[in-house]
Amino acid sequence: MKKLLSIFAVVAFAFSAHAGTLDDVKNRGFLKCGVTTGLAGFAAPDDSGEWAGLDADMCRAVAVAVFGDRSKVEFITTTGKSRFPTLASGEVDMLARNTTWTISRDVNLGFEFVGVNFYDGQGFMVPSALGVSSATELDGATVCIQTGTTTELNLADFFRLNGISYEALPIETNDEGKENLFAGRCDVYTTDASGLSSTRAAASNPDKWVVLPEIISKEPLGPLVRHGDHQWGDVVRWSLNAMIIAEELGITSENVDAQMSSNVPEVLRLLGVEGNYGEMLELSNDWAYQIIKQIGNYSESYEANVGPDTPLEIARGLNALWTQGGILYAPPFR
Amino acid sequence: MNEMNEVRKPPVATTGIIGWLRINLFFNWTNSLITLFVIYCLYQFIPWILDWTIFSADFKYNYLGEQITNQEMCSRNLDPENGGACWAVIYVRFYQFIYGFYPKVEVWRVNVAYVMLALALLPLLYAKLPYRKYFLYFTYIFPVIAYFLLNGGLGFTEVSTNKWGGLLVTLVLGCTGIALAFPIGIMLALGRRSKLPVISMMCTLFIEFIRGVPLITLLFFGMVMLPLFLPEGIDMDGLVRVLVAVTLFQSAYMAEVIRGGLQAIPPGQYEAAKSLGMSYWRMNLLIILPQAIRISIPPIVNTSIGLFKDTTLVIIVGILDLLGIGRGTLADTNWLGLSYEIYFFVSLVFFIFTFGMSRYSLYLEKKLKTGINMGAD
Repeated sequence: MKKLLSIFAVVAFAFSAHAGTLDDVKNRGFLKCGVTTGLAGFAAPDDSGEWAGLDADMCRAVAVAVFGDRSKVEFITTTGKSRFPTLASGEVDMLARNTTWTISRDVNLGFEFVGVNFYDGQGFMVPSALGVSSATELDGATVCIQTGTTTELNLADFFRLNGISYEALPIETNDEGKENLFAGRCDVYTTDASGLSSTRAAASNPDKWVVLPEIISKEPLGPLVRHGDHQWGDVVRWSLNAMIIAEELGITSENVDAQMSSNVPEVLRLLGVEGNYGEMLELSNDWAYQIIKQIGNYSESYEANVGPDTPLEIARGLNALWTQGGILYAPPFR
Repeated sequence: MNEMNEVRKPPVATTGIIGWLRINLFFNWTNSLITLFVIYCLYQFIPWILDWTIFSADFKYNYLGEQITNQEMCSRNLDPENGGACWAVIYVRFYQFIYGFYPKVEVWRVNVAYVMLALALLPLLYAKLPYRKYFLYFTYIFPVIAYFLLNGGLGFTEVSTNKWGGLLVTLVLGCTGIALAFPIGIMLALGRRSKLPVISMMCTLFIEFIRGVPLITLLFFGMVMLPLFLPEGIDMDGLVRVLVAVTLFQSAYMAEVIRGGLQAIPPGQYEAAKSLGMSYWRMNLLIILPQAIRISIPPIVNTSIGLFKDTTLVIIVGILDLLGIGRGTLADTNWLGLSYEIYFFVSLVFFIFTFGMSRYSLYLEKKLKTGINMGAD
């Protein structure tokens, strides 16, 4: 399958060796952004049919950077199987589809991950009545696990490393895992932490379930573009970085206008008051100002879509800034 | 003497309601036992399902009288002892379920298309319709009108198919697939039985290839491979690519169904037609096909219903049909956990359409008396 995909990618390249993606997007008048068919907190249509979520915000940020208008984006829904061919064939300009950055996807499939907008990882959820506070106490537990996934291998590794045993209850889908856990057929459900949070939020009484603190795998999720078009890659990369830097500098969608007269040099550079960083990217000079004004900084997007005040209740954790105990770190804006 | 002539009524136990009950439900003791068991199950199930779907359910307001805007406000989430289904999610999302992301200002076009679809189906459903001939003309040009209405052009603003969704996509895929596959299927079936080796081989190859792969594979083929075969610059719409795949798939199945009908026609019919000097096309059009299609009605409807349900597979290639919109709704943090309501609603809509199709086929069978031997054995 992967080999086949890379062949598609190569063929698609041969066909699409033309002007840069940025010019294509500008000529077209809107951005085509690939998102999931629906994943709580990351991308899902809201009641009025608008796409909302962390990944949807990423798409809008790029649209704002290019056009200065958050509505100039067309969301193309893709599934786990169709996302890579869709990007390779040029049907979308970028993907923001909770896709894990791995070496084979980055190198072999011919894509370029431009950053990480959510650090996910495999976790465990148990009923609070079980009274465990750490995954190392789960000796002998029955674990609901999706078969044929990397989660299954991670689970086996984790239990072997800790010298404890478990009994696997194989399941196929997330829904099945949810039903089995709620019905008490397994003691533990394991999948990506963000998935656990949405499972917990869907329970009739979320307080009866706890997500254990252990995260046993690395799942850095980020936006990606086609390999080879570095100019376009830069636009997407710095749209994400601008949101992270804005949080570092304390610029929010509310105080961004006041910050225009700030005396911090990096703030002025980011907002386009000083320097010509927009021109370098072939964008207007207020591109980052517009992103912050119309979308907000990273923290605002996080809090609105997946943060502790949403039903998902995902704490910042790894996704906090490097200055606040997380690993979110953007290169300097100069 | 009079008493002797009196007509004796049949025993009470064999007529009327009692007789029907005796014959159908309590014929012998196993039969009675099963009847009682089924009645018990229904007694357990029906009050519960009625209570859940109607009596205890929230439709727009919860039991406190507030309008429901997210799942936390559903009665059963406010008070787990209280409340059944929370239909408010369907109420709030109804627009998306029916039209997808179609722009609100242009939605009248979809409504007009829905009404026109009903009008176009009318002459097909009722043979006794007055002025049926003119209605049929309308049916023939309906696809063209619908195309311009839904897609744009001729003065209408263009609405990209990316914005289509929900029932609209399900109906477009189902209707187009079924309507296009029928003529193509007939041609393929005739082709496969043709005495010209090239035509017969090509048709057989096509049918066997398409039938040999799952619909998902064809959908992927349409989504991923088709654009690579097209010259650069020609951008084929995603929905069109899926339509091509669905139509190819359905026509292969339709061809085999119709070939089954063709094979049931006795050789005498062919010989009789030929002896009257009919050409190949006249023979098929006037003698063979009307009979073959008539006996193939049940399997034709069968594969059509199958296709209608298979359209839900398009979610694999990222098109949000009725089921896809349902899943998207479930991914909205406002409506997490309402899967029973959403899947119930989606299956109800599918049931209405497929049940309608199967009733129509029964009506056709009765009208055309397909059960009767055609007198040529």
